[in-house]
Amino acid sequence: MFGLLVRWTVSLHSYSGAGNPPKFGDYEAQRHWMEITVNLPAQDWKLLMRFTVLSSDLLIFFPSVLYFIHAYYDVHSRGRKADVAWHILLILINPCLVLIDHGHFQYNCISLGLALAAVAAILSQRDLLACVLFCLSLNHKQMSTYFAPAFFSHLLGKCLRRKHPLLEISKLGLVVLGTFAMVWWPYLHSRDAALQVLSRLAPFERGIYEDYVANFWCTSSVLIKWKRLFPTQSLRLFSMVATILACLPSMIQQILAPSSKGFLYGLLNSSLSFYLFSFQVHEKSILLPLLPATLLAMEWPRPFKLLTHYALFSMFPLVCRDNLILPYIALYALCIFLYHPPGGRWDDSKRQGSTPLSLVSVLLTLAYLGSLVLHIVYLTVRPPERYPFLFEALIMLLSFSHFVLFAFHTNTKQWMLSGHLIGSDKGKKQH
Amino acid sequence: MASRQSMLQNHPEICRHLLWFFGVAACVKLLLIPSYHSTDFEVHRHWLALTRSLPLSQWYSDETSPWTLDYPPFFAYFEYFLSFFARLVDPQIVDVHQGLNYEADTVVYFQRISVIVSDLCLVYGIYRLTRKLEAKKRVAMWILVIWSPALVIVDHMHFQYNGFLLGLLMLSISYLQDGRDVMGGFLFAVLLCFKHLFAVAGPVYFVYLLRHYCRGGLLKGLGRLAAMGTVVVAVFAAAFGPFFYHGQIQQVISRMFPFGRGLCHAYWAPNFWVFYIILDKGLAFLLKKFGIDIPTPAASFTGGLVGDSSPFAVLPQVTPLSTLIMVLLALSPCLVKIWKNPHPGSVARWISYAYTCGFLFGWHVHEKASLHFVIPLAIVAVQSLEDAQHYFLLSIATCYSLFPLLYEAQEYPIKVVLLLLHSMLMWFGFSAKFSKKGSSSSSSRSGEEGEFVIGWGGKCYIIGIVIVETWGQLLHPYFLGDKLPFAPLLLISIYCGVEVVYSWVWQLKRIMAD
Repeated sequence: MFGLLVRWTVSLHSYSGAGNPPKFGDYEAQRHWMEITVNLPAQDWKLLMRFTVLSSDLLIFFPSVLYFIHAYYDVHSRGRKADVAWHILLILINPCLVLIDHGHFQYNCISLGLALAAVAAILSQRDLLACVLFCLSLNHKQMSTYFAPAFFSHLLGKCLRRKHPLLEISKLGLVVLGTFAMVWWPYLHSRDAALQVLSRLAPFERGIYEDYVANFWCTSSVLIKWKRLFPTQSLRLFSMVATILACLPSMIQQILAPSSKGFLYGLLNSSLSFYLFSFQVHEKSILLPLLPATLLAMEWPRPFKLLTHYALFSMFPLVCRDNLILPYIALYALCIFLYHPPGGRWDDSKRQGSTPLSLVSVLLTLAYLGSLVLHIVYLTVRPPERYPFLFEALIMLLSFSHFVLFAFHTNTKQWMLSGHLIGSDKGKKQH
Repeated sequence: MASRQSMLQNHPEICRHLLWFFGVAACVKLLLIPSYHSTDFEVHRHWLALTRSLPLSQWYSDETSPWTLDYPPFFAYFEYFLSFFARLVDPQIVDVHQGLNYEADTVVYFQRISVIVSDLCLVYGIYRLTRKLEAKKRVAMWILVIWSPALVIVDHMHFQYNGFLLGLLMLSISYLQDGRDVMGGFLFAVLLCFKHLFAVAGPVYFVYLLRHYCRGGLLKGLGRLAAMGTVVVAVFAAAFGPFFYHGQIQQVISRMFPFGRGLCHAYWAPNFWVFYIILDKGLAFLLKKFGIDIPTPAASFTGGLVGDSSPFAVLPQVTPLSTLIMVLLALSPCLVKIWKNPHPGSVARWISYAYTCGFLFGWHVHEKASLHFVIPLAIVAVQSLEDAQHYFLLSIATCYSLFPLLYEAQEYPIKVVLLLLHSMLMWFGFSAKFSKKGSSSSSSRSGEEGEFVIGWGGKCYIIGIVIVETWGQLLHPYFLGDKLPFAPLLLISIYCGVEVVYSWVWQLKRIMAD
C-alpha cells in the first residue's frame, strides 16, 4: 500500500503545480536566481520550473519521509500497516506544502526534506548524520533555524547523558563546522564575501512584520503600534528575547530528559515559538510548525486536524492573491476525506477519551464555523473604506489565538511526557 | 482499506463508503480543471448555446459553427437542461454567436463541474451493480471504475460526458443481472437515444431479451415481446418524435451518421484496421520491389488526415457496410451462445465483447471508444483470477493508447502518474483479493484460488510499453528529429492494437467456454 499512496500524492503535486499561475513575486525571484546560472527562452521556463520543484520534491522530500516513517515505526512498533500508510499520506499531502511549493512556487521541499531526514536520523540514533543533514537544510534555507533549538537541546541532552559529554559535544561541533565549511567554501575566501552572503540572508531593514501574519507582533499591533513606538534595533531585541523565552521551556525539557517523542514535540514547540515571536515572519512559515505536526499526526488526530485547518486558513489571503483558490478548496476537501477514511480506524476517538460537550470544544467548534464563514466573506464582501484590511486582520486574529492555544497545549504535552519518562529513563541503556 | 467484517455491510454504510471514493476522485478532478481541453470542449459549449438560443427545429440544421450536433436528441435535451444553469452562471456561454470559442474561466469551471456532477450517474450505476457483492470485490470494482484513469483522461481532461452515459449502461446491466429485463431494455433504449454509438451492443440485447424475457410459450412470449417493443418504441418516440413533427428526421439522421469521415480517425485507434493498413502498405511496397506496378492512392493514411474515401493499394476497399458485416460476423458466435443459454450472470461479459468487436472492426472508431468495453469489463474482472489477470493488461494498454490525446508537456506527468497509480492499485487490489491465504470465505469456486501473478508474456508486454514510450518521447526526436512525426503514434497504435486483438480472442474463448 505504501507505494501506491506515495504515488498518489505525487500525482496531486503535479496537478496543483501544472495548472495554476504562479505568483510573480516568488516565481520571478526564483527564476532570476536560476537565470544567473542558466539561460533559457521564456516560454519553457514555467514548465521547467514546475518540473524542478516536482523533481526536487521527489528526490529529497519523498525519501526523507520514507526514512522517517521507517525510523518512527521502528521505535513505536505498534503501528499497523494501514496506519503507516495513512501516516505517509498525511505527511505527503500536507496541503500547505503542496500549495506553496507547487502552486505559489517555492522550493521549501528541499530544506524541509533535509530537516525531516535529520529528524529521522536522530530517531534512529544516528546523531552525526543528523547534524550533517540539518546543516545542509539550514544552508539551503535559513528558515530551518526554527528547528535549531530543538535539535540543539535534544542533542545536548543526549550528550550530557553519555559517558564523555565533552567528547560527544565536540564531535557534533566539528561535524557542524565541517558541513558549513563545505557548503560555504566558494564564499570563504574573503571576509567580505561571507559577510555579504550573511547580510542578504537576514534583511533586517524590512521591519518586524509584513502584511498580516498570524504571529504575536502583527496581532498585537492592532493594540500596540510596535513599528511606531520602537526603532528596529530594539524591536529586533524584543523579538529575539521573546522567541528565546517562548522556546525555552521545551528546550529545557529536552536537555533534562531527551527522548524521541519529546524531540518531535520539541520541534513543534520551537518552530511554533519562532513563528509566533520571530522577526519578519511570513505566512508561509507556518509550514515549519506544520511539518512536525504531521509527523505527530497519529498521536493526536483531532488537534492536528484543527491545526491544519488554521494553518491553511492563515494562508488564505495569500492563496487568494495567487488565484489558487481552486486547489485550496480541492486540497482542503481531499484532506477532509483522508482524515475520515471509511474504515474509521484512524479517527478513533475512543483513544482520545474525549468529552464531547465541554466548554472548550464548544468554543472551538464555534470558532471553526466562524472561520468557514470568514472564508466566504473574504471572497465576496468588500471591506469598509476605513479598514481595508479588516478581514485579513480577523483571519489573523482567529489563527493567532488558535496557534497560541496549540503552543500551550503542545508545551504541556511535552512536559507531561518527561513526567512519564523521568522514571523509566533512568533504566534506559546508554550508548 | 477493505472492511474487517466478511459479512455484508448494510446499505447506508456502502453508500457512505462509495461516496467517499467519489469524493476523493472529485477532489482530484477539481484539481484538473485548468488542464488541457480539446476541441470537444468548444463542441459541448456550442451545443449549450444551440439548444438554449435556437428553437428545436433548428437544432440539427444550424450551421453557425463547424461543430454541428451529431448526437441523438436525448443528449440535445441534456444540453438544453444544462444550459439553464449555464445562463445563470454567464449568459455569454449560451450566446450562439458571441460565445464562439469562448474560453473564459466561467465556461471552463461550469463545464468541468457539470462533468464531475454528471459522474454521479456512474456512481449510482456502480452502486446498484456492487451492493450485493462481497466487500473486497466491491471495493475492487469501485477502484477500477470510479478511479479509472482512462475515464479521467477522456472525460475530465480531453472533455467528454462519457461518465454518465456509462453510468446508464451500468444501470442497464445491473437491472438485467437482477432479472428485471424491462428496466434493462428501457435503460438501454434511453442510452441509445443519448449516444447512438452504444448501438453496437444492440444485437446482444435483442437476442438476450428475446430469449430470456420473451419466453413462456407462444402467447405469453409474444405478449412480452409486444410489451418490450412498446417500451422501446416509446423511448424512441420521446426522443425523435418532435423531429418527426418538424419534418427534420432526414437531417437528424444525416448528422448522426456522418459516413463521409473515412475509415480511420486522424489518430488511429488501436483496432484491426491499423493492421489492415499496415499490411496493405507492406504488400504495396513489396510488390513494387518486385516490379509490379501499383497505382498509388491519392489520399494517404500516413498524413494523419481524415479523408473521404479509404484508398487501399493492394487489398480490397473497405466500405462502411463491410465493416458492419464484419462486426456482426465477429459478434455471431456470441449471439449463438446467448440464444442457447441466456443467463443473467454473463450479461456484462457479452456486452463488453460486443463493444470490443465494435471497436476492433468498426468504421471511424475513436480510441476513446475503448472506454466502452473497458469499463463494463471491470464488472467481469473481479469475478475470477483469469479475468483479473486479463483485465490488468487490457486496462493498462487501453489507458496507454489514450496518451496521445494529451499531447502537451504539462499533462505528461499527470497521465503517466495516473496510469502508474492505477496499475499499482489494480495490482494490490487483485493481489489482496486473490491471495493464497484464502481470505475470502466463499472462494470455493475454482476460479478464485491461486495467486495473482502476471505471466512472462504480460511482463514482456509491460516492458514493451516502457520501451515504446521511451522511443516516442526520447529516442525518436533524438535520432530522427522532425522526420516521420507520425511514427511514434503509429507505434503506440500498433502496440496497443496487439493487446486489444488478443483481448478479443481471449474474450471470445471465454464466452464459448462458459
